[in-house]
Amino acid sequence: MIRRLTAALLLGVAAPLAAQTFVITGATVALGDGSAPIPNGQVVIRDGRVVAAGDIRMKLPADTQVIDATGKWVTPGIVAGFSRLGLAEVDLTASEEGGGGKSDTSGAADDSTSSGPFNAAIDVVPAINPLDTTIAVNRADGVTRALVAPNAGKNIFAGQGAVIDTGADMEPITAARKFQFVELGETGAGNAGGSRASAHIMFRNALREAAELRRYAPGIAASSGRTPDERERPVVQNPNESRVYSADARRSQDVLLTRFDAAALVPVLQGRQYLFVHVERASDIVQVLGLKRDFPALKIVLVGASEGWMVADRIAKAGIPVIASAVNDLPASFEQIAATQSNVGRMKNAGVHVSIGMIDDNDTRNLFMERQYAGNLVGLQKIPGATGVSWGEALAMITSRPAEAIGMGGEIGSLAAGRRADLVIWSGDPLEGTSGAEQVYIDGVRQPLDDHQTRLRDRYRYLERRDLPEAYRH
Amino acid sequence: MSNKLVPTALAAAFLLTACAGGEEPKTPPIAINEDPYPSTYVRYPGVPTVIRHATVFDGEGRQINDGTVVIADGVVKAVGGPELPTPAGAQEINGAGKWVTPGIIDVHSHLGDYPSPGVSSLSDGNEATSPVRPEVWAEHSVWPQDPGFSRALVNGGVTTMQILPGSANLFGGRSVVLKNVPARTTQGMKFPGAPYGLKMACGENPKRVYGSKGNMPQTRMGNIALTRQTWIKAQAYKRDWDKYEKEGGKMPDRDLAMDTLKGVLDGKILVQNHCYRADEMAIMMDMAKEFGYRVTAFHHAVEAYKIADLLRENDVCAVMWADWYGFKMESYDAIKENIPFVHNAGACAIVHSDDPNYIQRLNQEAAKALADGVRAGIPNLSEGVAWEWLSRNPAKALGILEKTGTLTPGKMADVVMWNGDPFSDYSRPERVWIDGALMYDANDPKRRPVSDFELGQPGQGDTK
Repeated sequence: MIRRLTAALLLGVAAPLAAQTFVITGATVALGDGSAPIPNGQVVIRDGRVVAAGDIRMKLPADTQVIDATGKWVTPGIVAGFSRLGLAEVDLTASEEGGGGKSDTSGAADDSTSSGPFNAAIDVVPAINPLDTTIAVNRADGVTRALVAPNAGKNIFAGQGAVIDTGADMEPITAARKFQFVELGETGAGNAGGSRASAHIMFRNALREAAELRRYAPGIAASSGRTPDERERPVVQNPNESRVYSADARRSQDVLLTRFDAAALVPVLQGRQYLFVHVERASDIVQVLGLKRDFPALKIVLVGASEGWMVADRIAKAGIPVIASAVNDLPASFEQIAATQSNVGRMKNAGVHVSIGMIDDNDTRNLFMERQYAGNLVGLQKIPGATGVSWGEALAMITSRPAEAIGMGGEIGSLAAGRRADLVIWSGDPLEGTSGAEQVYIDGVRQPLDDHQTRLRDRYRYLERRDLPEAYRH
Repeated sequence: MSNKLVPTALAAAFLLTACAGGEEPKTPPIAINEDPYPSTYVRYPGVPTVIRHATVFDGEGRQINDGTVVIADGVVKAVGGPELPTPAGAQEINGAGKWVTPGIIDVHSHLGDYPSPGVSSLSDGNEATSPVRPEVWAEHSVWPQDPGFSRALVNGGVTTMQILPGSANLFGGRSVVLKNVPARTTQGMKFPGAPYGLKMACGENPKRVYGSKGNMPQTRMGNIALTRQTWIKAQAYKRDWDKYEKEGGKMPDRDLAMDTLKGVLDGKILVQNHCYRADEMAIMMDMAKEFGYRVTAFHHAVEAYKIADLLRENDVCAVMWADWYGFKMESYDAIKENIPFVHNAGACAIVHSDDPNYIQRLNQEAAKALADGVRAGIPNLSEGVAWEWLSRNPAKALGILEKTGTLTPGKMADVVMWNGDPFSDYSRPERVWIDGALMYDANDPKRRPVSDFELGQPGQGDTK
């Protein structure tokens, strides 16, 4: 895929490498599939896709561009397993830190809808701003894709999340409406009126309403025949865009959801859209596993799961993937009493498919922390009584595992042949926070790595007074 | 009020009053007890210990390869190379492949006043009922059973912390410096002899908290006006008390809030000023000159790099994160080189957490800042130098550098032995000594604190 840089971004930025055939040589290559890094490996890219990577020696066309990365490391770009990237330029309200009130910077923050009428129908896509500084900052640190979820406002359902890339262009969406996000733990209880029991019955009722809507509205189940007013109807591009289907479907009197919200849950009910469920407490996890028995088509992904290690065998048996916080170890709430940094390793060892996300942890902006957290999990292997993960698996948890959790492992997250050429050349071991991203490619296109921060750095590197004020240094 | 009087002073006052002669004498002054909630901390017993063959960062900028550290009687006895002798009866630890450093000091923590679990019943960090609350003391909010203390010890190698009130107020109250040694009372954790700090705040938080209630301050100029007005009151209070302490007579009314501010004007209480923006830090430094006090440190100081020269000239420390940015407007101009740029300007740079999670990884935060500084071409940076940001400079900002913060013979033996280079994401504390007592040993599940809150709960005593 050829990407276009916006004119504004092109100014002052070296022209991006056009998508073509190129090879990176001499680097330590980590594929992101859980395997150990390969010294002196190669990565071959053609037309924005990986041709081959690892301990390979291919005959390449004569005009192949060679990038010598001797002494460097190459990995797939980091895939932020759970984030709110691109939804907020400035988020935390000063009064949240100080106690009270809401911020007036909320005009630049779209991660949460605290007073709108809709919930499950909310779709993050129109809110993503690819020019947010947060995207540039994370791109500069090797984050190339992110799973982006909305925050739950006043309902258990937060809405539909997307997969984005962090490329310096105006097309951030990799996959729209990939998952629905629902809160069924403490937050869900609060949003459901005060109890988990209420959250669960709201959830079941919502699926009932979705089922009813589907029954009365064949258009949702499968697009059908034309109607006389066809030109007034929206054009359905994506089967998960339920909001544009049959507005005239009959519904029973006994409904709590708006039509749009109910329609948005039809793909969840049918298993066409993943259902991300945020729970932390062991007993909450068990309840969610139970939902799968009642609604077999649901494609559940657990998010959070700080106490997952206590019921890891059950999660593994249910075959439900987990996107976990990597290093939560505080009883930050009563649903995380048993939190430990060994959670991820223990779940992994029990056979759970685990990836790492930033769940309510600076999730709009600090996605670059994921590789540090992954390194911490590697370090746990040396601690008596703790359970860590191998280096290869730790990298996989921030690259291919989150992609696999939503069925996109064939597309992003590793350097296997055919994957999108999202890759990073690092100055050293990428799981060390001391290593920096030196070159970042998305879909084979080299990305600019400067941003608001690097420009400020360059402006204030030397403070001596000059002939003109600092404002003239740019 | 009277229970704050020192008994001996009372007795003396009584005697002098009793023998008054003909002329109406002035009642001699009564001394106010400035330490009514004293530290009751007593160090735990330790074993004389020699760590050999370790890489040592002494906290003064030096790295010693194949280093030896001798601790006994609660203090550092000697630091040097392999030639140092082992005192009779000391246990030897083979530190090959390990790193030994001074314990990390976090000058900005809310452990205990915003503890885990983060429920409102336990959230006692902001007395957000008035923008001027210098009368409150953080130690009266700190819950010593906060499980976060243990995580900071075992994962973070943190041996000393300053617990601050929050930043809702222009004057947030007094801080307290704690040893990271569990105790039944907060007084049992108090760092002996550490001066108090006064939490002040500039910028967004005070103006928004009170502005949203329709009260002053609603603007930054309101912040500054109210802060100055308060210092004017404090100066008047100090004048009355200075006169009384010199001449006796009628004791002025005591005011807890003004007591704290007088302590600042007397140079006994250190100003710990939450302030993000460069322009506001400059104003606060001039305010200190206007009223005759010093700012010891600017906390969060996201724009310190813009005025690093001013910070050096005013001898004010900047307390910073490695890479937090943009979560609010006044942190919008954060850069990843803030810490090394401030250091490079010759000012005092400190890494802080302000967070119960980051306090477990301050070494890694310093590592990132160091690497960013090196990449930006800052000269003369090294791991040994960067350790100053984690213990020496923090100790300076807390007024306890004479007691801890470096591996200097005679100082408290607050020491961490790491299982690898602490500037790596893969390394953790293996053992932590505080005042020479072994408070954590990764190889001994019994040498690990478990707070009352966690006893009998799922995961009690687990490696966290």
